[in-house]
Amino acid sequence: MPDPSETTLRNATIAVLVENEAGILARVVGLFSGRGYNIESLTVASVDADRRLSRITIVTSGTDMVIEQIKAQLDRLVPVHKVSDLTLEGPHIAREMALIKVVGRGEHRMEALRLADAFRARVVDATTESFVFEMTGAGEKLDAFIGLMQPIGLAEVSRTGVVAIARGPGGLQS
Amino acid sequence: MSATLQTKTEARTMNGAEIVLQALKDNGVEVIFGYPGGAVLPLYDALFQQNAIRHILVRHEQAAVHAAEGYARSTGKVGVVLVTSGPGATNAVTGLVDALMDSIPVICLTGQVPTHLIGNDAFQEADTTGITRPATKHNYLVKDIAKLAGVVHEAFYVAKSGRPGPVVIDLPKDILIGKGPYSEAPQAAHRSYRPQTAPDMGQIRAAVRLLKGAKRPVVYAGGGVINSGPEASRLLTEFVRLTNMPCTNTLMGLGAYPSEDRQFLGMLGMHGTYEANLTMHGCDVMLNVGARFDDRVTGRLNAFSPNSKKIHADIDPSSINKNVKVDVAIVGDAGATLAALIECWHAEEMPQDKAAIDAWWRSIDGWRRNECLQYRQEGSIIKPQHAVKRLYELTQETGRETYITTEVGQHQMWAAQYFGFQKPNRWMTSGGLGTMGYGLPAAMGVQIAHPDALVIDIAGEASILMNIQEMGTLAQYRLPVKIFILNNEYMGMVRQWQELLHGSRYSESYSQSLPDFVKLAESFHATGMRVTEASQLDDAIREMLAHPGPVIADIAVAKDENCFPMIPSGAAHNEMILAPGQQGGVAGVTDEGKVLV
Ligand SMILES: Cc1cc2nc3c(=O)[nH]c(=O)nc-3n(C[C@H](O)[C@H](O)[C@H](O)COP(=O)(O)OP(=O)(O)OC[C@H]3O[C@@H](n4cnc5c(N)ncnc54)[C@H](O)[C@@H]3O)c2cc1C
Ligand SMILES: Cc1ncc(C[n+]2csc(CCOP(=O)(O)OP(=O)(O)O)c2C)c(N)n1
Ligand SMILES: [Mg+2]
Repeated sequence: MPDPSETTLRNATIAVLVENEAGILARVVGLFSGRGYNIESLTVASVDADRRLSRITIVTSGTDMVIEQIKAQLDRLVPVHKVSDLTLEGPHIAREMALIKVVGRGEHRMEALRLADAFRARVVDATTESFVFEMTGAGEKLDAFIGLMQPIGLAEVSRTGVVAIARGPGGLQS
Repeated sequence: MSATLQTKTEARTMNGAEIVLQALKDNGVEVIFGYPGGAVLPLYDALFQQNAIRHILVRHEQAAVHAAEGYARSTGKVGVVLVTSGPGATNAVTGLVDALMDSIPVICLTGQVPTHLIGNDAFQEADTTGITRPATKHNYLVKDIAKLAGVVHEAFYVAKSGRPGPVVIDLPKDILIGKGPYSEAPQAAHRSYRPQTAPDMGQIRAAVRLLKGAKRPVVYAGGGVINSGPEASRLLTEFVRLTNMPCTNTLMGLGAYPSEDRQFLGMLGMHGTYEANLTMHGCDVMLNVGARFDDRVTGRLNAFSPNSKKIHADIDPSSINKNVKVDVAIVGDAGATLAALIECWHAEEMPQDKAAIDAWWRSIDGWRRNECLQYRQEGSIIKPQHAVKRLYELTQETGRETYITTEVGQHQMWAAQYFGFQKPNRWMTSGGLGTMGYGLPAAMGVQIAHPDALVIDIAGEASILMNIQEMGTLAQYRLPVKIFILNNEYMGMVRQWQELLHGSRYSESYSQSLPDFVKLAESFHATGMRVTEASQLDDAIREMLAHPGPVIADIAVAKDENCFPMIPSGAAHNEMILAPGQQGGVAGVTDEGKVLV
C-alpha cells in the first residue's frame, strides 16, 4: 500500500498498450507534463500487423504513491488498453539502441574500434576520419561506452530510449 | 458488396450535419445549448429543418456549457452544447474544465475549418482538440465521415460511463457537408474503455468487518453518490440508518443524504460544520463513498483524521490513494457498492458495539451544542446567513420542487450551510473549479429541464456580472429563474481572506460601480427588486417566489460578514476558526498555509 509520507523515489518502466490513433502521444505526454510527473525516456511504435495498436514504454521515477497515480491516470485515458509496471511485475528485459559517431584519425581510430569490439558495438558507417557505431543494450552499458568515446572523439549520439518486455510467456498483448 | 446491402446503406446516407443530429436523437437528446457561427452553419441548417431537438440560443458559449451542466446535473442525462470554431470553442473552455473538475457528463460539438485548411491558420481556426485535451475527459477530431456516427455514439458512452465528464467532438465543415453512412450505436463493448462498476466482494467484506468493529465511525459521502443516480442516495440513507452512523456530505454531495435527518452532520471541510469536522478528526473508521479527499475537505494532510482506518469507494481508481492513503479500496459504482455493503452488513454476524456508538453520538451531540452556524439577526441590516435561511424556509412553504444553483464566493458557502436539501440533483454549484458566473447559466439549464419547478440562483453581486448577458436568454425562452443576490458590495470571499491572511489590506476586492440591478433586470424584460431592510426581507422573498417570470432580487446584506466556521489553508480539522464569540480552537495561519489557495 503506498504511503503518502514516503519520500523514497523509485524508477519504474511502464509499458502501455494503446489504440494507434492521432493525438495519443500528446495525451500521454500532456498527462505527464500537466501533472508534473517525470519522463526519463519514452518510446512508441505500432506493434501489431494491422497497425491498430501501439506500445509506449515510459521510464519514470517517483514515490510509490506517485507511480501508482501515474498508472491509474494512464489507465483512465479512453484509448488505453493496458498498463503494466514492468519494474514491479517481475523480471523483464529493457534495451536501448544508440548510434554513436566518433571522429578522429590514427591511434584514436584503433582505440575506438578495440573498445567497440569489447562492447559489441557494430560499425555501420565509416570514412577515413569517422565511424558510426550501432549499439544495443541496457542504458548503463550505452552510457559506459559513450563515456569511453568522449576523450577519443565523440561527435554525436542518437538514442532510441528504452523498450522493454516481460520475461516468460505472459505479456501485455496476450 | 451485395445489392441489398448497398440499398440499405444508401437509404441511410445523409450529410454530416444530419448524421450528427440523428445520432443525438438516437442517444435521447431533446435539447442542446448553442451559439452559431460560420463553421457550424450546416448543423444550424439541419436543426432548422427538424423538430425533434430543441435549440436554446445562449448569449455566450461559456454559458452554453454551464447550462448543459445544469441540465445534466438536475436530470442525470448528458448535456449537449454546440459552438462554432475558433472563438466559439475557446469561449467554451472554462465550462469544459468546470465539467471535468465536477465530473459532469457533457458533449460539446465544436465547428472546425475544413480538413484541408487545418493547420493553415485559416479564419477562425483554433487547435480545438489540442486546447481541450486537458479540459475534457476525451476529445475527437472527425476527419472521415464514415466514422462520424460511431464517434458521436462513442462520445455519449464515454461522457456518461465510469466517472462522467465532458467530451468534445471537433467537426470540420467539409465533414458536416459531405455525405456518409449512418450507423446505429454499436452493441459491442468498447475496445479499450470499460470502467469497473461492480465492487469486489472481498473488499466489501473487509469494509463491513471494519465498520462493524468501529467504535467511532463516520460516513463521508460526495458527488459520486449523486453521479451514480438517485438510487445511490436512497441506498446511502438506508445504510446510514441501518448502521446508526453519523453522515457528512461534501459540497458536491449535498442532497445525497437528507439534511433534515438526525444523523446528518452537515457539510464538512473548510466551511463545514464544527461537528462534521471534529467527527472526521476523531473517528476510528471512515467510509468515503464517492468523494475524492479534496484539499478543501482534508485540510492539512498529515493531520487529517489521524487515527482512523479509511475505506474508500470510488469508480475511478485514480481517485484512490491520490491524496490520502486508505486501508480498504473499493473500485465500483457508488450505488452498487452501497447495495453490496447493505447486503453484507446483514449477512455478517459480527455484532456492532452499540454502547460505543451511543457514546460516540454523545460526543457528537456535545459538539452540536456549539451551534456553529448560529448568527444573530439584529437591527435593520440583513445578515446574509439570515437571507439564505429565510429563503430556504419560505421556499419550503411553497411546497414546490426547488432547485438551487450558486455563483462562487461567500454566498455559495452560506447557501451550502443554510439551505437544506432532502433529495439529490437539487443543488448545482461549481465545486472543483469554483467558476464565478456558473450559477445563472446553470439555472437556465435546470429550468429548461424542469419548466414548472422553482429555480433559484443564489448569487453574489460580483459573480453575477460574469454571465449577466444570459438575462437575455431568460427573456427569450420565458425562463422564470430567480436570481437572489446577496449584495455585500465586496468580492466577499476575497475580502475575507484579505482580512484574515493579508492584514486587512483590501486590494481590489471592493465591488465598485455596480449597476442598478433593478433597472438592469427591467432592461432585460425581467422584474427587479431591491431590499435593504431586514423587515422587508420575508415579503420580498414571498413576492419573488410568487412572481411568474424571471426576477433579480438585489438583497443588500452586511458588508463585512465573514463565513464561519473556517479551516484556514494548511490547518487541521480541529484547528477551525469559529464565528466571533464562539468556543473552539483559533488557528494561526502559517506561511506554509498562505501559499495554499
Ligand atoms: C469557495 C469554495 C469553497 C469550498 N469549500 C468546501 C468545503 O468547505 N467543503 C467541501 O466539501 N467542499 C468545498 N468546496 C468544493 C471542493 O473544492 C470540491 O469541489 C469538493 O469538496 C469535491 O467534492 P467530492 O469529494 O464529493 O468530489 P467530486 O468532485 O464530486 O468527485 C466525485 C468523486 O466520486 C467519484 N465518482 C463519480 N461517479 C461515481 C460513481 N458513479 N460511483 C462512485 N464514485 C463515483 C469520482 O471518481 C470522484 O472521485 C469549495 C469550493 C469552493 C469554490
Ligand atoms: C472566474 C473567477 N475569477 C476569480 C475567482 C476568485 N474568486 C473567488 S470568490 C470571489 C469573489 C466573489 O464575489 P461575489 O460574487 O460578490 O461573492 P461573495 O463572496 O461576496 O458572496 C473571487 C473573485 C473565481 N472563483 N472565479
Ligand atoms: Mg459580494
